[in-house]
Amino acid sequence: MNEPFIRLDRINKAFGPTQVVRDFNLDIAPGEFVSFLGPSGCGKTTTLRMIAGFETPSSGRIAIGGRDVTNLRPNQRKIGMVFQAYALFPNLTVAQNIGFGMRVAGASRAEINGRVAEMLEIIKLPQHGKRYPFQLSGGQQQRVALARALAVRPQVLLLDEPLSALDAKIRVSLREEIRSIQRKLGITTIYVTHDQEEALSMSDRIVVMHEGVAEQVGTPFEIYNRPATRFVASFVGTLNVLKATVLDPASGTVRAAGRDLRLDRRLPAGAGEGISLSLRPEVVSLGSEPGRPLELPGTVSEVSFLGSVIRVRVQVDDLFLSLDTFNNPAAAPPAIGEATVVSFSPDDVLVIAD
Amino acid sequence: MKPGRIGAWVAFVLGMAYFFLPLIATFEFSMRMKRGAYSFEAYRVILSDPRFQETFGYSALVALMTILVGVLLVVPTAYWIRLKLPYLRPVIEFITLLPLVIPAIVIVFGYLRMYNSSSFLPFTGSRRGTDILLIFGYVTLALPYMYRAVDTGLRAIDVRTLTEAAEILGAKWPTIIARIILPNVLIAVLSGAFLTFAIVIGEFTMASLLNRPAFGPYMQNLGANRAYEPAALAVVAFAITWACMVLIQVVSRFAPKTAERPG
Ligand SMILES: Nc1ncnc2c1ncn2[C@@H]1O[C@H](COP(=O)(O)OP(=O)(O)OP(=O)(O)O)[C@@H](O)[C@H]1O
Ligand SMILES: [Mg+2]
Repeated sequence: MNEPFIRLDRINKAFGPTQVVRDFNLDIAPGEFVSFLGPSGCGKTTTLRMIAGFETPSSGRIAIGGRDVTNLRPNQRKIGMVFQAYALFPNLTVAQNIGFGMRVAGASRAEINGRVAEMLEIIKLPQHGKRYPFQLSGGQQQRVALARALAVRPQVLLLDEPLSALDAKIRVSLREEIRSIQRKLGITTIYVTHDQEEALSMSDRIVVMHEGVAEQVGTPFEIYNRPATRFVASFVGTLNVLKATVLDPASGTVRAAGRDLRLDRRLPAGAGEGISLSLRPEVVSLGSEPGRPLELPGTVSEVSFLGSVIRVRVQVDDLFLSLDTFNNPAAAPPAIGEATVVSFSPDDVLVIAD
Repeated sequence: MKPGRIGAWVAFVLGMAYFFLPLIATFEFSMRMKRGAYSFEAYRVILSDPRFQETFGYSALVALMTILVGVLLVVPTAYWIRLKLPYLRPVIEFITLLPLVIPAIVIVFGYLRMYNSSSFLPFTGSRRGTDILLIFGYVTLALPYMYRAVDTGLRAIDVRTLTEAAEILGAKWPTIIARIILPNVLIAVLSGAFLTFAIVIGEFTMASLLNRPAFGPYMQNLGANRAYEPAALAVVAFAITWACMVLIQVVSRFAPKTAERPG
């Protein structure tokens, strides 16, 4: 990576006795879109608020654009922020909301009006400048909040679950819009979410957080396909976990569901020890398939038709495997109770240390 | 009609009679200044009395000053308590309730002891000083109403997030309070202000003991010496108080809607 634009250096934050963020390190490149992804209470908001300046780290430094901002007040950091609850000023019109930051900074009326018109154009609400926030829908309010944050040309844009109060359709369209505006302006952005789909679809890189720790930092592709920890693997995407016993660690032979499986790789456990094998639903096939030599017998126990894909649950021994098959209008979907085999390739098996 | 219904109506009529009969009687009495015919003679007399105009003007001015000082004191305090010191709220609420528990006469005697002309802060040494002392006394009296009105107004908006949103856009405290917080609690502040006005216009104890030419002592003085005029004055005073209440209602109709909050 070239010179980082934002550097978080060993950030810790404790509220009284509870440690909320631990040893958080992150470098963000200029113009990058980074998501913080994690379950509720894992410290995403707290980390974001430390970058904004609303909280002070218990220890560690924060630098933006090469300048140490750890002890600066929020109003000195040149950061734009979008809140989950929109937080538009109810007493001001849309145009006044967007112009607020410039007005505070003492810009001229003409300059403010020009910028407000430009921002209204960008968020595709050019006719709404004279309205009040309560006269807008939730999605429109959030777009105004985005425009308000960007109008002052901040160095960094922070968004804290900006879409979680909106319904599903608008969420998808607005996230594409946010991303395209971000690309156009090239602004360095941190996006907090607990929605993995949002994080995977929008981000250049994702930071998966768990109990105040950044468990893995990587591109969406890496996070999904090569999860570094157990938690990342189970939090991002659906995961099937098979309990197996190692027979021969050198050749990667294990015993699971009464069958011997050869994984063709060294295993991080000794012979006779237990190990977990993880499989994404999309790498498991129903029935035998060329290129997927490992097979386990089972019974179809559940079939959910999701439209373009059909998700099938197969009972293998005492555990259930989820797998996805594409909908094929020419073939009947699998029947519940049908005896079958599931097949997969040894390369697709994730062996993650517990 | 069910018996319960009848009982309720009887209670209602009795209650209304309890409130309105004295008022109607007073009004009726105030119209009888001229023998044998109803007239507004008593009202003409008091409204043209220069002492009425002077004292009413004085009290109105003091009320406005009280409102100004009260708003400047209460809005930032209530805001700060909500934002940074929520654990102090019970304490502040208790303090603002004290004027309801401690009689005005006790407060004013305390003032006279503390600020008499031989004290280190001789407020009562000059007329202007006494006026100021009176205003502060009224601020105290109005505190329970003003604080509650403003605090209720603040509850309706998301004080913390709005403050943070303004702060990150570069705003400093005076701007945040003046441009964001105050406009959003303006309706609440106004209703507090009208209540304050009604209290100050009718107040007797403090004005009388501090010997200021206020409306309350004038009413009392008139009542002790005349027959019909005090009745007319009582009706006028009622009308002013009620006008304040009506204004509160009217103004709150125009309350700006606050931002839709995600459920
Ligand atoms: N001001 C505070 N005082 C004490 N504890 C706090 C404070 N703010 C947050 N916490 C605690 O810190 C932890 C992390 O909170 P944070 O808001 O950062 O979580 P989050 O990842 O944003 O979760 P969510 O997805 O629910 O928003 C939580 O356990 C929370 O209770
Ligand atoms: Mg949060």
